[in-house]
Amino acid sequence: MEFTLSEEHRLVQSTVREWAANRLLPIAAEMDRTGSYPRGLVRELGEMGLTGVFIPEEYGGGGMDMVSYCVVLEEIARAEAALAAVLSVNNSLVCYPLFAFGTETQKRTYLTELASGRKLGCYCLTEPTAGSDAASLRTSARREGPSWVLNGSKIFVTNGVEADVLIVYARTGSEGPHGVSAFIAERGDPGLSVGKVERKLGIHASSTAEIVLQDCRLPADRLLGEEGTGFTVAMATLDGGRIGIAGQALGIARAALEDSVAYAKDRRQFGRPIAEFQATQWKIADMATRIQAGRLLMYRAAWIRDQGRRHTLEASMAKLFASETAMWAATHAVQIYGGYGYIQDYPVERHFRDAKITEIYEGTSEVQRLVIARQVLGALDHAVEPVRAGGREA
Amino acid sequence: MNIVVCVKHVPDTEVPIKIRADGRGVEESGLNHVLNFYDEHGVEEALRIKERFGGTVTLVTAGPSRAVEALRTGLAMGADAAIHIQDPALSSLDHVGTARVLAAAIKPLSADLVLCGKLSTDDNAAVVGPAVAEFLDLPQATAITKLELGEGAATAHREVEGAVEVLEVKLPAVITVERGINEPRYPSLPGIMRARRTAVAARTLADLGIAVPPAGHVELLNMTPPPKRQAGRRLEGEAAVIVQDLVRALREEAKVL
Repeated sequence: MEFTLSEEHRLVQSTVREWAANRLLPIAAEMDRTGSYPRGLVRELGEMGLTGVFIPEEYGGGGMDMVSYCVVLEEIARAEAALAAVLSVNNSLVCYPLFAFGTETQKRTYLTELASGRKLGCYCLTEPTAGSDAASLRTSARREGPSWVLNGSKIFVTNGVEADVLIVYARTGSEGPHGVSAFIAERGDPGLSVGKVERKLGIHASSTAEIVLQDCRLPADRLLGEEGTGFTVAMATLDGGRIGIAGQALGIARAALEDSVAYAKDRRQFGRPIAEFQATQWKIADMATRIQAGRLLMYRAAWIRDQGRRHTLEASMAKLFASETAMWAATHAVQIYGGYGYIQDYPVERHFRDAKITEIYEGTSEVQRLVIARQVLGALDHAVEPVRAGGREA
Repeated sequence: MNIVVCVKHVPDTEVPIKIRADGRGVEESGLNHVLNFYDEHGVEEALRIKERFGGTVTLVTAGPSRAVEALRTGLAMGADAAIHIQDPALSSLDHVGTARVLAAAIKPLSADLVLCGKLSTDDNAAVVGPAVAEFLDLPQATAITKLELGEGAATAHREVEGAVEVLEVKLPAVITVERGINEPRYPSLPGIMRARRTAVAARTLADLGIAVPPAGHVELLNMTPPPKRQAGRRLEGEAAVIVQDLVRALREEAKVL
């Protein structure tokens, strides 16, 4: 067994860590306060290959693997979690399905722009009445001559405000998962508009918006994958996405730990640094242990995906454990800071707010446990059971 | 335009340094090493010249096996080739000796330009670059903040106390660069993958035709940590008394008045 990152993974790590320390960490609190980020950051990330980490270089990506992607998201989220969400959506939820299911023309038209960071993507699956039960989605797509006409409303769309390219899931057939198809939409397509922009608990700098489709007319060649395979596309996409969220969650957890360590050594009470009190030490020890355990789960899931093997179980385990670790570590970080942890002059209240979303999006902790239990108990025939994608694993 | 950049793998300046038990070096374990800050500027300058005029960028380092990481970083930024001089005898060399070894590796490359960082952040000697120029018998310009290449010559800007010197240097030349010369790029992921595929040429002193390691001019006798900073002292009492105490302390203890 080999538990160390390879030389190139370590170079990715040190590069992204340095970039994040110089370019992101100094503005993290301001990004949180203003709920926005400099758009130039996405271009910078694109020039480094980070907007399409595991997409081949010929399609504008970084040409690396899933382990690299974990390293990248952890380092970005360590500095600022919302930009990790922006990146995660573009990489996992937009570039991946275009790469795995897109036609050559679709790849040349959309993937190269998205993977290189010249354009930004978003993923439109969730609806007001279809969240964890995504297969019940009601947005419709009907064929009209050479076009598809989409009607419905998508919510909680990360990057919804800024996205140039949208992956939209809509019903082209019967009820259930087999009636769903995936589409590529563009900002500016007739009938497509940004609706309500949400105000959130955390990851303020990334936008979360409603996407309204009102007789939205798309040319026939915007279908992604075969008609009726949309749910397959969505689920194959989510496996990789979950590994990325584990990376984001562990970045937040590490921020909570590193900030706690610095504060505990500096803050004095009863005549000594609070790091000398066992009550603090145990919290620090447990944070460090859980982060390490989460990282092993994450790297293993990523490694299995890089081998082209099925990783639904491992991805869910990594996402579940890492996100709960992030929430747990951030909670204890606030406690170590005491009153200072509750005010906005210190970073841990931001980590606390940012951590929560990792237990919710790309499958709640409950959905992850459902996926894990099904795998452990033996496959049950159910609509939510992830379906494997054909083609090369990215 | 063939450009050679000398680079060094140095301890990360953010990590606290511990002196080795024998006092003749720093404790390596637990240290994180990186590409020397000024050398990053050297690599960047070389890449910008290459992007404008074409040519190749070759990195050269002399150091232990871990030093290959400095080469990988430079290759990931976009350099084309790298030479790693590795030899047990290297550890006993002083700066002039290191320069002699680097010069021996650079000589057969028929470089149009040799770039070095102004100094390395570990030793702060600023000797190697100028000494490489001497051994190669090339003109040099040091601590350069702006470099413009012309036909067979380069114009180099050098910040001196209160002024900027503008120098003209015949090429080939050795130029050592100051931080202000450029903003180094971050390696890209495709660059990192290319760096991994690029073979690093290994050289021993024997390969370079150096039979006997160059004798040192300087021997490191001992290292001691700087004195620990004393805790601050708060002066208390009436304002008039505090002023008197402060002036006395500044004159007698700090000796700044």
